[in-house]
Amino acid sequence: MAVPILKQSHTLIASIQSALSDRDLLQLRDDLADLVGRHRARGVIVDVTALDVLDSFATRTLRGIAYTTKLRGAETVIVGIQPEVALAMVQLGLTLEGVPTALDLEEGLAFLDGRTETADDE
Amino acid sequence: MSDLHVGEAVRVRIQCSADIVTARQEGRSMAQTLGFGSTTLTIIATAISEVARNIVEYAKEGEISIAPVGNGVIRGVQIVARDHGPGIADLETAMRDGYSTSKSLGMGLPGARRLMDQFEIASARGEGTTITMTKWIG
Repeated sequence: MAVPILKQSHTLIASIQSALSDRDLLQLRDDLADLVGRHRARGVIVDVTALDVLDSFATRTLRGIAYTTKLRGAETVIVGIQPEVALAMVQLGLTLEGVPTALDLEEGLAFLDGRTETADDE
Repeated sequence: MSDLHVGEAVRVRIQCSADIVTARQEGRSMAQTLGFGSTTLTIIATAISEVARNIVEYAKEGEISIAPVGNGVIRGVQIVARDHGPGIADLETAMRDGYSTSKSLGMGLPGARRLMDQFEIASARGEGTTITMTKWIG
């Protein structure tokens, strides 16, 4: 199932709607790497609120998305990790090291606003 | 403690990454019916995801069965992941954190073991792998 990706100003918002297979996740990674260039995005938000599981593969792919888009000039924030999912990730030993996270879409946008404003000032 | 009784199982055939999603949804659904709390449901679904992926990556196909288990004293859910793939030559190494011969970076099976209350793995080279894992209620 394809993940809808919206563009808002300089930010791409990937809003995951339902459970994703490994293949869907890799597709999302590839789509975002491409769209960052096409839309000249500076920020990416991946909203995982709808995901009830973040296992080792999903976590690794989210890290992959963040690192890939970073190389393309855009910062990625993962938003909406549910409390149960966070607990299971910790128990499993999974981390999103180096990848910014925020509570929800609103906080994610606020985070990116702060980042891009700073970048504009420099 | 009297012998454990394993109830009727739901079986999911595992052949591709979409089947991993189906297996964890079936597991969550059965565990919910059995009365597990929401955090434990996520933990069970995550553990199923890891063992199902192990099948897809190493054996290409196999089966996950999910069944209620218990006796008069305790009850829970038992998940059996079975494949007839190449098997694991060195179980001790495979169960070590961070070890992987594939792309999963070795979090999968050791991670699933941490998430569940009981975890047993039997494997013979050329004959396949069977993982039996259980989560108890309470």
